[in-house]
Amino acid sequence: MLIKPGADIKPSEITPEHVYRSRRKFMAESLALAGVGAAVPAAALPAAWLAEREVAADEPMGEAMTSERDATMYNNFYEFGTDKGDPAEHAHALTVDPWTVEVSGEVAKPGKIGLEDMLSGIDLEERIYRLRCVEAWSMVIPWIGFPLKKVIDKFEPTGNAKYVEFKTLKRPDEMRGQRSFFSSIDWPYVEGLRLDEANHPLAIFAVGMYGKLLPNQNGAPLRLVVPWKYGFKSVKSIVSIRLTKRQPRNTWNVLQSREYGFFANVNPTVDHPRWSQATERRFPTTLFNPNRINTRMFNGYDEVAGLYAGMDLSRHF
Amino acid sequence: MPGWISAAISDRVARVLLFALLAVPLGMLAVDVTRELQSPGSALGPDPGDELVRTLGGWGLRALLLTLAVSPASRVFRQPRLIRFRRMVGLWAFAYIVLHFTAYLSVLAGFELATIAGDVFKRPYITVGFSALLMLIPLAATSTRGWQRRLGRRWRTLHKLVYPAAIAAWTHLLWLSKGGFMDPFIYGLVLVLLFGERIAVRIKRAKRQPRQ
Repeated sequence: MLIKPGADIKPSEITPEHVYRSRRKFMAESLALAGVGAAVPAAALPAAWLAEREVAADEPMGEAMTSERDATMYNNFYEFGTDKGDPAEHAHALTVDPWTVEVSGEVAKPGKIGLEDMLSGIDLEERIYRLRCVEAWSMVIPWIGFPLKKVIDKFEPTGNAKYVEFKTLKRPDEMRGQRSFFSSIDWPYVEGLRLDEANHPLAIFAVGMYGKLLPNQNGAPLRLVVPWKYGFKSVKSIVSIRLTKRQPRNTWNVLQSREYGFFANVNPTVDHPRWSQATERRFPTTLFNPNRINTRMFNGYDEVAGLYAGMDLSRHF
Repeated sequence: MPGWISAAISDRVARVLLFALLAVPLGMLAVDVTRELQSPGSALGPDPGDELVRTLGGWGLRALLLTLAVSPASRVFRQPRLIRFRRMVGLWAFAYIVLHFTAYLSVLAGFELATIAGDVFKRPYITVGFSALLMLIPLAATSTRGWQRRLGRRWRTLHKLVYPAAIAAWTHLLWLSKGGFMDPFIYGLVLVLLFGERIAVRIKRAKRQPRQ
């Protein structure tokens, strides 16, 4: 009897050498990227992490800053409940250490990566931004972060990448709002940007505010801040970044497409069906003074107007 | 002591207790408002006007549902005397709702007519809330014994307005809710139970007296 070695293996199943070599190289790289094999596994941000780093200060913007207390006590973070005080009360249950982010889709270097490794080599900046909520209130908050582009470029988007999708953590054990029977949201919370919007220098990832690491209720340990869009675009506690060809779904649009669009640019001329967007209440307000100010196009960040040249913003709201 | 005297005393005590109970939320809110005025940001959060309006509205709706619960409770627990307290509960509901609207007019809308007119006519959740208030005005105005006597049978008919008013108040809450629907669900359930009991009673009566 003649035995042919490897008779059961079809030629098509044999991996050519250049392919498996490149796979090994890729695996080694993504392991290194994920911090495996590094001296210290670095998945989360230790408290001292921020203290050891330099943060380039922003220039004051000429509008009064919202107090740290208000910005950390009055939040929309439905993962922890729908009342404004719920996140501050319940977000302590969230574990942010370790924290890994999965990068996938149209990128040359997909993979899961620990947060601290993802941020290595990226300089931190303070950014004092207006935050305009779709509910017609606003704050001014000093964030600590860095342009989105710096992280996205690390993963090398392919030529097909046109959009970026972001997902918030889904962990009902620690996020009581996700356990709620009455929530109409299909968790996890999803948001997205066009890639050119994400690459705009004003769009940042934030890891801190008011000189400290982000409190859980404000989206620790990693959140988006896109100051020319309504606050719901600035997704919190991010665990997934996916580059896509097609426009991703976004949670509020799925829930109420008549009220919330994909772009959600701050726009005083397009009212929310249930209330006017022409003005906003700038916090803090008092009983005698609702501190109502005029809302500005793109929340006053005119430099982004070029991103929407030729678009009908009353249709693409 | 004859029974009717003790009944009269306990009635009076019950009346005072109930009045005090219904006044508690207002009292607590008054304390918060005073603290807030003395040191802004101390008692009602970063958006005190909104908080004040919402709190008053919430108590308005709760008191309105409590008003609607009086007659079913008197039937279920076989305590016909409970009906005597209904007027007071209803007037408290009206008071909270008027305060809710006044707080909206002043601290949120700043008495700006254009803002208010725009809200009332263009924002359905405000339109429906405002209509609830309008329906309750004649009920509060005719709540006295004198009006009850003067209107006779028509008084009962008029006061059926409380049902559409309650539905409108609930719709106001539903339409301003965003994402979380626990509150509208719970209040809606209470409303369904209160209406359901009345419907059940009608059906029972109709069965007992088939021809009339």
